[in-house]
Formats: sequence, structure tokens, C-alpha cells
Amino acid sequence: MTEQTSQLLRFTTAGSVDDGKSTLIGRLLYDSKSIFEDQLDAIEKTSLRKGHDGVDLALFTDGLRDEREQGITIDVAYRYFSTPKRKFIIADTPGHIQYTRNMVTGASTANAAIILIDARNGLVEQTKRHSYIASLLQISHVIVCVNKMDLVDWSEERFNEIVSQYEAVASKMLVKDVHYIPISALKGDNVVNRSENMSWYMGAPLLHSLETLHISSDINKVDARFAVQTVIRPQSEEHRDFRGYAGRVSSGIFRPGDNVVVLPSGFQSKISRIDFDQKSLDEAFAPMSVILSLETDIDVSRGDMIVKANNQPQPEQDVEAMICWLNNKPARPRTKFSILHTTNEQKAMIRDIVYKMNIDTLERDMDDKEIGMNDICRVKIRTTQPLMIDSYRENRATGSFILIDDATNETVAAGMIL
Amino acid sequence: MNKYYLNHLEELESEAIFVLREVAANFQNPVILFSGGKDSIVVTHLAKKAFYPAKIPFSLLHVDTGHNFPETIEFRDNLVASLGVNLLVGSVQKSIDDGRVAEERGKNATRNSLQITTLLDTIEEERIDCAIGGARRDEEKARAKERFFSHRDDFGQWDPKNQRPELWNLFNAKHFEGEHFRVFPISNWTEMDVWGYILRENIAIPSLYYAHERKVLWRNNSWIPKSEYLQIDDNEEIVTKKIRFRTLGDITITGGIESDADTLEKIVAEVAAMRETERGNRADDKRSESAMEDRKRQGYF
Repeated sequence: MTEQTSQLLRFTTAGSVDDGKSTLIGRLLYDSKSIFEDQLDAIEKTSLRKGHDGVDLALFTDGLRDEREQGITIDVAYRYFSTPKRKFIIADTPGHIQYTRNMVTGASTANAAIILIDARNGLVEQTKRHSYIASLLQISHVIVCVNKMDLVDWSEERFNEIVSQYEAVASKMLVKDVHYIPISALKGDNVVNRSENMSWYMGAPLLHSLETLHISSDINKVDARFAVQTVIRPQSEEHRDFRGYAGRVSSGIFRPGDNVVVLPSGFQSKISRIDFDQKSLDEAFAPMSVILSLETDIDVSRGDMIVKANNQPQPEQDVEAMICWLNNKPARPRTKFSILHTTNEQKAMIRDIVYKMNIDTLERDMDDKEIGMNDICRVKIRTTQPLMIDSYRENRATGSFILIDDATNETVAAGMIL
Repeated sequence: MNKYYLNHLEELESEAIFVLREVAANFQNPVILFSGGKDSIVVTHLAKKAFYPAKIPFSLLHVDTGHNFPETIEFRDNLVASLGVNLLVGSVQKSIDDGRVAEERGKNATRNSLQITTLLDTIEEERIDCAIGGARRDEEKARAKERFFSHRDDFGQWDPKNQRPELWNLFNAKHFEGEHFRVFPISNWTEMDVWGYILRENIAIPSLYYAHERKVLWRNNSWIPKSEYLQIDDNEEIVTKKIRFRTLGDITITGGIESDADTLEKIVAEVAAMRETERGNRADDKRSESAMEDRKRQGYF
């Protein structure tokens, strides 16, 4: 059965209603037959009531009551569809400037990003913002969809112009794998089905690209890292001697017999067995959730990291990172936060703001030291105990953290370690 | 050669297990909200796998409307016995008897929204700091915005416009005294994924999900089962049909569909070809465009 072997692809779409983002998502769901009849009925009725011509596909992405009333998206919404080849999770994020934080949130778990450009307008500030966030969050694949091609007479020349505009911008960022597709979300050209209006375009339609992006190599398979979530000690006769460490492999591959080190203590041991449910495994790789057992009885608890002896992360108390500020209260100087990095929690303080990024011009502001909602800054952070870090570029799982305000318990910042 | 990637069900399973273990590590008194429906059964199965060979470190909490399918209660009791876990029951009937809530009136009356009070009272009485639910984001538009770790204030309310951002797999479980969390490990699963997983793992589910003969009447576009709690109008006719249920809730509002699917394989094939959402047969969601959002704000599952 194909269901059993298909991979999961998580992608993000950012943009405002005007870009045709909602129409594009509606089109993907509709043409891939992922919309149910009762949903379609509801949308048809609403379209009729609002006086739209035909079914307004954008209505499929409607969310909370306030959003419907104001016609805007407030928060990240997750949508699902599948084809025989893959299952897809869309993080649908609003694109207005004040919602940078939502774009960052949606991008944090994505393998791919769709960036929409209106063919009539070409690149706008928002395009740069989306691309910068995709590169900051190290999304491996970017698909630039030049939309509304029907409104520029399906012009190949216009498409090429926008592609070269985008290449100039992308060259300043770290975007790895960029695809360009001319589409009309409204008419359906090159979304699921190949366009008959643009025979000059030799590439694949959007859905086919999403189905075939090579994502297996996106996960770091070299640096073995395992953050302990909880210790498993059954209180039963049958499993009296069992003591295992439950967690999810962050990256790399573990096998029984591997020489490992437990950090931060530095104790050395060997993996005696790897279990999941009632099975013993020959190996565990990211992102598998398993239980590791060690040959020696050493002190291991939540927040510790098990790594291979010959490949260890850096223990650091002084961390330099890019952060995105997520809270409407600005950062106060010398405030103490809780920092959550893998399963390890410490106290932390922002010691210095190196610069603030203007994400519309991509210029660094060295003088502005105020951090407010949606700001992206390079900062120096000091923690009470060392964190076991890798750079975010090399390892998303061990290179990311969040800051929590102890006074409100709110998540106030997302960080990517440099 | 070995493949070093997971298929989508394996990845969803691993994600859910990670979430369940984060709950165990972060909370003092977590429970699984257990309705006897397939989603809460899958969550319970995942919890069993997450901690094996240890037992599930959560109690099961059933919010009992009193309007149950007898099959559901029998299933629940057998499962609790086989897992060796603690069962808590919050009784809507008791909330009514205590005057905490008033029964709705009329033909379409249900105890669905009354569950909110019973649930919140039980959470307070039992000092529960985390209630794990089987809600999925694909079910409904308000649920599409839900977090894995969803904060509830000390009134048990959800504030959808002021949710904590959730990045990577870093879950902020911090809360003050009296507040609690709702955690949804299978947020990213679709109905098809749930059925695919039940088939793959051969998970036992109540017989109600399989096609069977039952006395029903046609109301609100679905087959409502005859029960002692159902008010029947003169013009409504009781017939016997071969039906099955796609979701299970209060017996008075859960509609069945005509079906011959009497094995898991047939159910999966039927769901794959289905052209209506599963909640299309739930009267509780049909009351208004924002029926689910409104109930969720108050503290619904």
C-alpha cells in the first residue's frame, strides 16, 4: 500500500491575501482532491453570499472568527493533504510585516518554502523578507512561484526578468536549492496540472516539484546527538533491571556497541541496547524516538546529551546567536530568562546586542539596541551552565533554542546559534 | 542497503511519542482524555509504546455524558484493566444533579457542551496540570490553529489570539498554579493517518466502528441510533440499517453512515474514498460557523 511508504514533506507558504497565497493553497487542495464535499458546499454557500464569481478557493483557508471578519490571517494554520507519492503538511503563515514571528514559527519545522511573487509587481519588500527568513531558518528548498501569469499574458520574458531579479537577491543569502515556476493559482496553470498557456516552460508543475524534492539528505546523519527526555525504570518484577534513556535521535545514527559520552558529565560508556516498544533495534537514526541503554550504571538524567565519543558538540556558556523576538513586550536589558535548548533548561541573560537586522534592506543596524516584537538581532547570550551546542547551520536540533520570560512564562524569543 | 528515513506514519508516530515523553517529564499529574473514540485509543496506544517496558505514567480521564454507547464503556473498562492504569471518571450527570449545569431542552438537546464544566471541575478537583487529547488539526478550522502544548488560564480558557509561539520541537510547558495545559500529540495526523496506523498496528477499537445492523432514524443528514435518551418525533421513522460510525461521541448526536465495511482493511478503503469530512455527521459542529471555536475558548477538548 502506497500509504505505508510515502514520506512526509513539511512546507511553508508566506504571503498576504493579495499574492494569491490562499488561492494557491485552495487550488493545491482542490486539484489534488483533498477537499471534502461538505467543505466545498460550505465554501460555495459563502461565495454565493459574498457575491463572488464561482467558488472562491481562498475561503478554504479561513480560520478563526476574527480572521473571517477582518479578512486577514492572524496566526499560523496547519493544513494537510496527500498524494500517492507524499503526505504534505502546510504551515500557512500570514505575511504582513507585524507577523514576522509567525513566519519564523512556520519556517522552523519546514523542509521547503514556497515564495509567491505577483508577476505584475515583481519582487517587493515582502519577497525579500520571506527569503531572508527562509535562509535564516535554513530551509533546504525554496520554490519561487511567479503567480498571476494570466495577468501578464503568460509572458516568458516577464518570468525570466523576475527570475533574474530574484537570483540577485538570493545570491546575498544562503538559500541552497531554488526552483522557479510560472503559475496561475486562480486558473490552475502549473499548480497540479501542466499549463497549456505556457508551453515555453519546460519544468515541472508545483505539485510534482513538491513530490520529488530530495529531502532524505536534509537531516544531519553525521553528528550523532541524543537528548535525554526521561529515564525509563519499570517498577515491575519482569523488568526489574531495566534502566533506559528515552529520547529522540536529533541527528546521526546510533548502534549497540557504540562508544558514547554523556554530556555534560563526560562519563564514557557503550550503548548496550536500543529498544522501541517490544523490539530491540540494530540502529536508530534521526528522527526516531527510542530508548538507549548503556553498559555501565552511570548518572544520566533529563537534559543530558548522549553523543559518540569521537564526535562531540561544543560545551559553551557564552553563545552567539541570531534571535527573533516574538513578544509584544520589548526585551529589557539584563533580564534573566529560562533558555530551553534540546531538553536542557538553564537560566540565561542577553549580554549584548551586536546588531539588528533590517530585513527589508538586509542592512545591519549597529546602533539600535532596542529589541521589540518581530525584530531579528544578533546577540551574545550567557548561560548559567554550559549548553552542548552545534551551529544551527550544521544541526537544526542542537543549534536552536527558545527564551522564556520567567515573569510571564511566555516564549519570547527563538534563537539560532552561529 | 538501509534506508535512513522514516515513512510518514513512522515520522508521525515518533513525533507523537516525543510529545508524550515531554509531558511525562514536565508535569506532575497528567491525564489522557479518553472518550473511547479512535483518536483517544490511538493516543493511549502511543503512550504505551512511548514508555514500554514501563507502564503508562498517566491516568485516563473519561468525561462521561451518561449518554454512552454501552459498547464504549465495556471497551474502556477492558482497556484500563489490560494496561493497569488508573481511570478517572467525570460525570456530567453529577454536574447536572449538583446544579452546576442545566440540561438543554428540545429535540436536538445534547450534553456535548455540558462536558466543559464537568471537565474543568474534574481538572480542578484532581489537580490535573495537563490533559492530553486526541484532537487533530485537520478536523476543524479552529483546531488548525491549535498548538501541541496549548496553555489554559486559571479559568481553563483558550485564548486563540494570544497563543505561545511554538518553534522546532521546543515545547514551553511552564505554567502558574491553577493553570493547566492541553497537549495534542497527534495534531499533525489526518483521519486517514489514524486509520492507516490502526491497521498497521492492529489496534483494537470498539465494534461501533465496524459495519453492523442497528435501529436508527434519519435526522440532520445522518443515521442517528435509537437509544433511551433520544426524543423521537411522530414523523420520524425507526428503521434497521447496516451502518457504522466514523466518530464516536454522545449517543444522541453521533450519526452513522451506511456501510458494509466490517474489517479494518475495508474501513481504510472506505475512508480513502470518502468525500465528506468525519465531523460532517456531528450535530455539535453544525450549530454555527464558529461552534467549535466558541466551545474551545470555554475549555472544550
